[in-house]
Amino acid sequence: MNRRENLKLLFTGSIGAGLLMTGCEPEQTTLAHEPVLASGGTPGNRTEEEKIRDAELLAEKFFTEAERKKLDTLGDIICPADSESPAASELKVTDFIDFMMVDQPGNQTRMRGGLMWLDFEADEKFGKLFNDLSQDQVMQIVDLVAWPDKATPEYEGAVKWFNLVRNMVCSGYFSTQAGWKYIDYRGNTPNVWDGVPQEVLDKHGLSNPEKYKELYLKPEDRANVVQWDDEGNIIG
Amino acid sequence: MSFQIKETPDSYDVIIVGSGAGGGMASKILSEAGLSVAVVEAGGDFDPAKDEDRTQLRPPWESPRRGAGTRIRPFGDFDQAIGGWDIEGEPYTHKDGTKFDWFRSRMVGGRTNHWGRISLRFGPNDFKRASIDGLGTDWPIGYDDLKPYYDKVDKLIGVFGSKEGIYNEPDGFFLPPPKPRLHELFLKKGADKAGMPMIPGRLSMLTRPINNERGTCFFCAQCNRACQAYADFSAGTCLVHPAMKKGKVDLYTYSMVRKVITDEQGLATGVSFVSKMDMKEYKLRSRVVVLGASACESARIMMNSKSKTHPNGIGGDSGALGRYLHDSTGADRMGILPDLFDRERYNEDGVGGMHMYTPWWLDNKKLDFARGYHIEYWGGMGQPSYGAGGGMDTMRKYLKDEFGNPSPNGGYGEGLKKDIKRVYGATLGMSGRGESVPRYENYCEIDPNGTVDKYGIPVLRFKYNWTDQELKQAQHMHDTFEEILTNAGAILLGSKPGPESDYGLHAPGRIIHEVGTTRMGSSPKGSVLNSNCQAHDCKNLFVVDAGSFVSQADKNPTWTILALSWRTSDYIVEQLKQKNI
Repeated sequence: MNRRENLKLLFTGSIGAGLLMTGCEPEQTTLAHEPVLASGGTPGNRTEEEKIRDAELLAEKFFTEAERKKLDTLGDIICPADSESPAASELKVTDFIDFMMVDQPGNQTRMRGGLMWLDFEADEKFGKLFNDLSQDQVMQIVDLVAWPDKATPEYEGAVKWFNLVRNMVCSGYFSTQAGWKYIDYRGNTPNVWDGVPQEVLDKHGLSNPEKYKELYLKPEDRANVVQWDDEGNIIG
Repeated sequence: MSFQIKETPDSYDVIIVGSGAGGGMASKILSEAGLSVAVVEAGGDFDPAKDEDRTQLRPPWESPRRGAGTRIRPFGDFDQAIGGWDIEGEPYTHKDGTKFDWFRSRMVGGRTNHWGRISLRFGPNDFKRASIDGLGTDWPIGYDDLKPYYDKVDKLIGVFGSKEGIYNEPDGFFLPPPKPRLHELFLKKGADKAGMPMIPGRLSMLTRPINNERGTCFFCAQCNRACQAYADFSAGTCLVHPAMKKGKVDLYTYSMVRKVITDEQGLATGVSFVSKMDMKEYKLRSRVVVLGASACESARIMMNSKSKTHPNGIGGDSGALGRYLHDSTGADRMGILPDLFDRERYNEDGVGGMHMYTPWWLDNKKLDFARGYHIEYWGGMGQPSYGAGGGMDTMRKYLKDEFGNPSPNGGYGEGLKKDIKRVYGATLGMSGRGESVPRYENYCEIDPNGTVDKYGIPVLRFKYNWTDQELKQAQHMHDTFEEILTNAGAILLGSKPGPESDYGLHAPGRIIHEVGTTRMGSSPKGSVLNSNCQAHDCKNLFVVDAGSFVSQADKNPTWTILALSWRTSDYIVEQLKQKNI
């Protein structure tokens, strides 16, 4: 069975993700990570090419174990747990970033280069690999690159890389259920929009334009089929 | 996705190529007249009311890329429009290093699955621009010719808005508009101060029902994902599927049209297409052929329809086929509004677009460029998905703590998370969408180097340059954007683009309003179609997409495509009755 047929079979539902992860050939049996993201890719009116591509991307892993460990460390520094919300690692942010590396390969070199730089810098400063540093030593390195307006010119490139890491971690964090809860997003659910709440308008000293007061949608009219006169005025 | 193909093709009264706004409307009107219709669509069918096709209301974590765009869904993983600017196996080329980006949607409903549902009528001036400023050409028809059809489109499809009595922004039969969002009220303050109008948007979403067949908007802001209640306009849910239910309409999906077949008299007898399912060639026969494949795709089909009687393709001797290609101009600016830091939370999704907009408000006689633009506004507490919490390396400094000390840019930790929460919903901005001047020199043609797509069909080559008219207009847009944002109390983000970046003017094709490639006119020299969108040199061939537009106006083209297609369809029925075709 070739890889493509294998992937097609996956969509019939008769074969689980296990086959995909291990493959038919022995050399494919040592993939490091379990798929933790949506197992079959994005749902909803997908083309066959999209289904195959998503499954292939989900099976592919970009980061090495050591790189994953570095990203877990950085993720939990950027988005740590607090009294209201979990840490990035609990939300599998590294898995999301890994997926994005294969989905948008343009960022691969920059991301990997930055992760390699961590080891260079750790060796220069502490004679160790980044993953072997103490928390305090890790923070010393992070502080060199986490503050774009304060960083010294020699770290300019590393600052840009860390901006990418910050953006990716936040992206992966706030696009989860826990992230929505933290940011307190209230939408994505059927509702009836009746304008900005009055107390919010009052707070900002704003009001809806008087001119359209009678015209704006009234929630109670939403069930009634509209009728116009010949001039386009609503009469029912 | 459904697939349908016939090994032994039937003969139809009408073949319609494409199922978007133009083709969809034609399928409805022609089938209601009792004609048998084949709709030939290059992509697949889908129904957003079926769960397997639904992307509406799916949270980002159902997408491994959290809703980020892909090559075939550049507007996001949940966007329903399948295709994009760069389709595998369907290339196009460019002449002289010029730019034109060609957006295509391969699916039932075509690009109506993508569009912003901004449904503006062209006004009386928009048909007579040459008479006003001496540039380009007047349309052979005027607003009065289209007004009855605009009225019918309003009532059939539904559009909310407000009657304003602005001469060149004709009113219609409007549904009640939704109240503004908070950032829109701030921007209104900015526009008021600048002496600019800002009025309720005109978007085709059903704030109230227009019949018992479609539901009403439930304010999820996701029209681009296709509405399971059919409460917004897309050609699939509002035109093609209803036509298939009621009339004699066969839908041929995954069918890529190669050419129109003509007989010895030069009349169309049908089309030849490649099925994407088996890569074989099929032929369908009909009395009338209607092209609604999109301006450039229909022009391409006509160019490729070479025969003994049409050695240069249909319309090829007009000197206008593929010419006068023009897209809307576009430029954008963004700001951050400190008044919205730490804002109160409530569901602010609203409809899938702006609740208020600015129509063109100035007199070009007093300006150094020829045509106008409208302004679309954006911002608010949108759904956090791919990209959420980004940009704190430059934006965090605008936040201040309780002692008035600014936060440092970048950073990490609980403080960063808190600042992301504080800044959420405080960015806003606007986009200018304007009219460009159509030019003979901007065109598409069959690539002379013989490039073909994966179906073996010769592809288009584009040549397109903006002129000073468009550059000056973009410059004016940016001055306006800064004025409104500053007046509204916002801090400008980014910098104002200058001549080195064409004043931020997007490459042609990016606004996805390209029109003009088979333009209408009174003479077979200089125009491809007559004022009924009938080919001058092939009387049973019609074009119902935006190819017929003589000029674009500073309006989105869809409402005019729908009105013109309805008018052309009425004409076809009449001509068949009179046995003229």
